Amino acid sequence: MSDARIPLPFHEAAPAALEDGQLRRNLAHVTTSIRAKRADATAELPDWEALRQAGKAIKDHTLRNLGTYLRRLEARVEAAGGTVHWARDAAEANRIVRDLVAAEGVREVVKVKSMTTDEIDLNGALAEDGVVAIETDLAELIVQLAEEPSSHILVPAIHKNRAEIRRLFLEAFDLPPEALSDDPAELAGAARRFLRERFLEARVAVSGANFAVAETGTTCIVESEGNGRMCTTLPETLITVLGIEKVVPTWRDLEVFLQTLPRSSTAERMNPYTSFWTGVHGGDGPRAFHLVLLDGGRSATLADDVGRATLRCIRCSACLNVCPIYERVGGHAYGSTYPGPIGAILTPQLRGEPRDGELPYASTLCGACYDVCPVAIDIPSILVDMRRRTVDARRAERALPVGDAVDAALRGAAVAFATPRRYEAAQRLARLGQAPWVRGGVLRNLPGPLAGWSDVRDLRAIPRQAFRDWWRERGGADGEGDA
Amino acid sequence: MSGDEARDAILGAVDAATDAVRDGDPDAAHATLARDYRSVGALDGAARLDRFEGRLVDYGVDVVRLRAADVADALGARLDRRRAAHVVVPRGTPDAWRPAFAGRTTVRDDAPHDALEAADATVSGCAVAVAETGTIALDGGPGMGRRAASLLPDVHLCVVRASQVVELLPEAQARLQEAAAAGAPITWISGPSATSDIELERVAGVHGPRTLVVLLVEDA
Repeated sequence: MSDARIPLPFHEAAPAALEDGQLRRNLAHVTTSIRAKRADATAELPDWEALRQAGKAIKDHTLRNLGTYLRRLEARVEAAGGTVHWARDAAEANRIVRDLVAAEGVREVVKVKSMTTDEIDLNGALAEDGVVAIETDLAELIVQLAEEPSSHILVPAIHKNRAEIRRLFLEAFDLPPEALSDDPAELAGAARRFLRERFLEARVAVSGANFAVAETGTTCIVESEGNGRMCTTLPETLITVLGIEKVVPTWRDLEVFLQTLPRSSTAERMNPYTSFWTGVHGGDGPRAFHLVLLDGGRSATLADDVGRATLRCIRCSACLNVCPIYERVGGHAYGSTYPGPIGAILTPQLRGEPRDGELPYASTLCGACYDVCPVAIDIPSILVDMRRRTVDARRAERALPVGDAVDAALRGAAVAFATPRRYEAAQRLARLGQAPWVRGGVLRNLPGPLAGWSDVRDLRAIPRQAFRDWWRERGGADGEGDA
Repeated sequence: MSGDEARDAILGAVDAATDAVRDGDPDAAHATLARDYRSVGALDGAARLDRFEGRLVDYGVDVVRLRAADVADALGARLDRRRAAHVVVPRGTPDAWRPAFAGRTTVRDDAPHDALEAADATVSGCAVAVAETGTIALDGGPGMGRRAASLLPDVHLCVVRASQVVELLPEAQARLQEAAAAGAPITWISGPSATSDIELERVAGVHGPRTLVVLLVEDA
């Protein structure tokens, strides 16, 4: 990745994103409409919760026994005429793909949208060899032409509107202005014509995959446009990069995820196309299939009892669409392939750069992400655990000076919240102490280090009478110890 | 070799990471996982076909319900309507459908890609179909053709027999188990290709066939 593309840390990128009115409008439109559709699509199934729990159980089981299933997958893929490669990190995965592409002697490969190849910046690595990776997913093509990273797992170009896309296409496809309106159907038609030639000429395709079945050695791609079918069917050589956590034990297990994934991601009963292939098949499809199994921080995440659940993720993006933070700042602010709530826990674990340490704080802990997750990842609990680790690590490094205001306040809060008696005493004290700063029931312009808090947040003043006092006055039983 | 080194390192790390939590017999543990979701449908035959048709209509599929004896005529009429002079007819297509192709140029599914690309339409059967999700599954068996055949032409006409329609996805997965285990390429199709990538506005037809026609044979 070149220096120019190293993204800003979240606390710098987020305020800039909040200033972008167009981005705010696009995001609000997309997240609101897809939230409502997803709710309908999942409510339609009487057994939604059972599917969700089964998905969780299958993924947990697979992760606990990952070694068994990876070895089985490898054996089945090779028995079906495929070649399996192993890559410890992004550099190894990219090296493998670069060597395979070089062996074919091509300057151009077609590529189907894949989070994993984004994660390892495969396109950048291929470019070093002068190989162009043509993104064939419409949204990926748009962001590729705009030379921007994607901003959403599912709809990478949601930050672009139709007028912007038209301008990009006119330039990239070398068309006169009258040749193309900003009607989405016309824009899609232009992409179809441009890419059809590429599909027919391409000798090598690179893809990710949604699932791989250990039992049968089958790889699976879920998509809408048909570019996935094109890439996995027409070229002579297919290279698929797969995170090791994407394996499932049996063919039957797919019946769970292929119900929950489309309804969670695009809010459809089923996505238009799902392709399954097993190694190579005489007379149908590529003559060579290479499966690159990528670790990239996954085995380290697997070792962590809390973090392991993160690996259940099937990349549906439902958590992005319900997240109040994501809705306002968009995907770029996270500075990672994986934005939103899942990105806030996945990125620090997989990538683990120092700057990622602040991502778990990009959340209100409202829990909406957990509610919609089709594999029931308790994202809020993992966020809290990761925050704890960040603080512990800073304390251990003595990076936290004695007298750090936030740390002191939180330690104080821990003491105050420990028993009801202390809590009430603290409340009384605060009621007296807050008086100079209360304006219209809201605390404003707090002094010293607290100013940063009250400048950007509306904090309700502590009321004259607390609920607990009111309750006692009316003769209510003391709740202490009661259920 | 560095490849083996990476393999050993990854599997070693995975095994170490799961040392305390893995099952003695993973397959036995897998067999006991709770699956409290529906795996057998509840709709009777007519209701199942109605649901299938309704889902397809929602996706913008042109659906025709007909009797087996009328398939050739219906295929011919639909091909005429699409002005399809050049048609892909896969190996294993029933002879009874042949009259539909009279007067048209036909190519087999194993023709080169550019010949398939030049065709106006493709005709196929299917392996199984799912009512609840409006899904058709092709597994490359007789009459279905290789994958490129149902992908490159802009119109796909698919003949689905009533006996091939199950209500739920798990029922379809069970029927496809054998083909999957044998390594057959399988494609699920649920409506024409589509995108919502531009301002979330659904556009039918990007790279796959922009028109999908389903001929649903009620007495077969």
